[in-house]
Amino acid sequence: MRPVLEITNLNVGFPDGTAAVRGVSLQVMPGETHCVVGESGCGKSVTALSVMNLLPRGARRSADVMRFHDHDLTRMADRHIARLRGDKMAMIFQEPMTSLNPAYTIGSQMAEVLERHRHVSRAKGLDRAAELLGKVGITAPGMRLGQYPHQLSGGLRQRVMIAMALMCDPELLIADEPTTALDVTVQAQILRLLKSLQQQLGLALLLITHDLGVVARMAQRVSVMYAGQVVESADAKALFAAPAHPYTRGLLDCVPIPGKTAPGEPLGSIPGVVPRIGEGYVGCAFRDRCAYAAPACKGEIPRNRLSPDHETICTRSGA
Amino acid sequence: MRKFLLRRAILAVMVMLTVLVVAFALTRLSGDLAVSIAGPNATAEDVVTIRKNYGLDRPLPAQFVDWAVAAASGDLGRSYLYRAPVWGLIKERLPITVCLGLIGLGFALATAIPLGILAAMREGTLLDRAIGSVTLIGQAMPSFWLGLLLIITFGLKLQWLPISGVDTWDGYVMPGIVLAFSAIPALLRLTRSGMIEALSSDYIRTARAKGLSTSSIVLKHALRNAAMPVVSVAAVQLGFMLGGSIVIETVFALHGVGYLAWESISKNDFPVVQAVVLVLATIYVGLTLLADMMNAVLDPRLRGG
Amino acid sequence: MNPRSISTSLGLLIVGGVLAIALGADLLAPHDPFAQDLSQRMIPPRWMDGGTPDHLFGTDQLGRDYLSRLIFGARISLLIGTLTVVTSGLIGTTLGVVGGYFGGRTDDAVMFAITCRPAIPLILVALTVVALIGSSLTVVVLTLGLLLWERFAVVARTTTMQIRNLDYVAAARAAGASTAHILIREILPNILTHLIVVATLEMALAILLEAALSFLGLGVPPPLPSWGLMIAEGKDYMFFSPWVIMVPGIALFILVFGINLLGDGMRDLLGVSARR
Repeated sequence: MRPVLEITNLNVGFPDGTAAVRGVSLQVMPGETHCVVGESGCGKSVTALSVMNLLPRGARRSADVMRFHDHDLTRMADRHIARLRGDKMAMIFQEPMTSLNPAYTIGSQMAEVLERHRHVSRAKGLDRAAELLGKVGITAPGMRLGQYPHQLSGGLRQRVMIAMALMCDPELLIADEPTTALDVTVQAQILRLLKSLQQQLGLALLLITHDLGVVARMAQRVSVMYAGQVVESADAKALFAAPAHPYTRGLLDCVPIPGKTAPGEPLGSIPGVVPRIGEGYVGCAFRDRCAYAAPACKGEIPRNRLSPDHETICTRSGA
Repeated sequence: MRKFLLRRAILAVMVMLTVLVVAFALTRLSGDLAVSIAGPNATAEDVVTIRKNYGLDRPLPAQFVDWAVAAASGDLGRSYLYRAPVWGLIKERLPITVCLGLIGLGFALATAIPLGILAAMREGTLLDRAIGSVTLIGQAMPSFWLGLLLIITFGLKLQWLPISGVDTWDGYVMPGIVLAFSAIPALLRLTRSGMIEALSSDYIRTARAKGLSTSSIVLKHALRNAAMPVVSVAAVQLGFMLGGSIVIETVFALHGVGYLAWESISKNDFPVVQAVVLVLATIYVGLTLLADMMNAVLDPRLRGG
Repeated sequence: MNPRSISTSLGLLIVGGVLAIALGADLLAPHDPFAQDLSQRMIPPRWMDGGTPDHLFGTDQLGRDYLSRLIFGARISLLIGTLTVVTSGLIGTTLGVVGGYFGGRTDDAVMFAITCRPAIPLILVALTVVALIGSSLTVVVLTLGLLLWERFAVVARTTTMQIRNLDYVAAARAAGASTAHILIREILPNILTHLIVVATLEMALAILLEAALSFLGLGVPPPLPSWGLMIAEGKDYMFFSPWVIMVPGIALFILVFGINLLGDGMRDLLGVSARR
């Protein structure tokens, strides 16, 4: 089976010299949920935005391979990628409160996706919108179509965003921290919704999150990012069972994982902050915060393959 | 929304009352209006007669109340010079001034909005700076001088356009351009900053994620949100342009309300001056009210409340 | 050097240059700006046909040296600009600070005044006042000063509201400082940068308005060499000798352009926003 999305050696730099993403490789298989997890500022959102070609102006993106199905995204002009966005690949964002245009109704904003990519009438677009609003669990979808974003709660708006992303039956859905801005109870509902939609529709889901709890519930595959690099990637089960990179272990110690953390067990923390990485940075970016730091960590860091689908970059090979 | 507009309407009425007081006080500034009307060659008896004839010998509050009540009911008094009702004089000339103002606003919007959008889309580039210098030039250009330059160039040297009057439609072109120049800087700046803000917003990222075309993103999604302050300022600018028409109409010899006012000022015809102040202020207040209503239509959040 | 600082420097250079010319007018002007010589009327500038080395910018319809009038005109523009801004600045800042500091009904009244001001047609009212009281430099300054205060008031009000609740103001209040002391010693110095930016931009406006009033014959009285008045006097001759309106017009444009450049530069430098 061929991956829906395949990225090899993605690099993104910003005009201020920051290397936001350094050599990231990942694959998303059809129907699979791939979680990218890491602290804020680790480059996970930038990775997601690179796929959609939605990086802020001035950002430079390069990759050996960045393929969505048969489309070579590295070679396509933005107006061609725009034909895929909202159609075959869709994205939802962290801030449901501001992600919808305050000046237009829900229905109009949803219908225009179908009008753009399928060239159908407004009426057909609205029918489809109503159908999807129902599917994402919004009651009285017909009434919602005529409402404006400010009349909806945050949870409802995120449901609208999800429904809008599904207008053209995408094969890949990128969700950038879709639940971070929501109340805890709403978070659980949205995650459940995403999971059931994914199973129903056979979506490939690239889920960006900082929350390992979310990862544990959703992911089949996980890429752990730190300072612009994927420091460990593995099957979700393998990762939780045997985290190899000290950073992954640190992350896991910080949060209680349902069914894995015993009650009363103290939680850990990772001291220090993520360093700012410029271009040409050499060595392990985690070494200043790492309990196992050694002189070798200042040099080139080897890539270790622990099993066919478990990789890590660390000087402690097989750690 | 009704509550919002009602508050605005009450405010507008209060502003108008204040303007009435100012317009009245204005002509009483010199101390003795009768002396001003009579002119330098008048005898003491002339002044006394004038004072009596125009009711200037009565207490000020009484004069004000009479005048204000009459003005509010549409009677703006009689011109000393034309010996005719002031409202008639103004009504005759208002179409020229309003026409000029609308043409000026049209030119200004047609220039400022596309340039503002372009500058916002290319923020920080050479093009953005070039457009920014248009703003600076517009701000520094004395409008009467620009008018004279245009008259020399297009009226006299090239003979493309008439140098005065509006007997034909092309008489409006040069004064319209001059008037537009004064409004372009504010409108351009506002369009640019509004568009920069809108284009960097989350909903524009969503629109791009939906794969919409650039024109739809810029013109439908961003401009709609940047338009609200532009509407308010456009209304205010139209008000200022009508007020500034006194200079333009004098330069181009257009017989509109501004020219009438200038003529009346130089000939001490103060009922006319007072009335023009009042009419222009009323139009200005009406325009701001109109802008509030348009914003209420444009912004669904205002519509709800 | 980035483009921003280039334009700010240019503004500074222009304003500084005009200021130097205005201050040194007595030394710089080659002729008496008021001396008429009817035998020397309408001599074109030196570089044009019929120009003479004695009159660099030529002479006007009364045979007065144009360069000398231009030099003394700089004095009038800057004087009126400065005095107007001082007047309107005092009015606007007082209203704004009082409204912003006390809030409540006081602030409502200030806000109402700010709302009313633009409803009054500026040039029309200024012309009327000058016509009634008589044209003089003082009358022009006071009239414009009374009409141009609202941007000072808006900026002073919002900035005062922002710092009213800051710790050091609260500390001064807790220490028993009088209201007047707080307003003048604590608030005013901290909103001054904003006010200076407003003052610069308003000065440009005041100079343009003075020129317009003088152009319409109700600004500074002749024979004072106001640039606006020079344009008005040259208007009748502009068809045959366009330079009579070009010379003062360009001077006016450059000065206002320079002041605006300086104002914009200072605004960026100080990080304040004071635009309409």
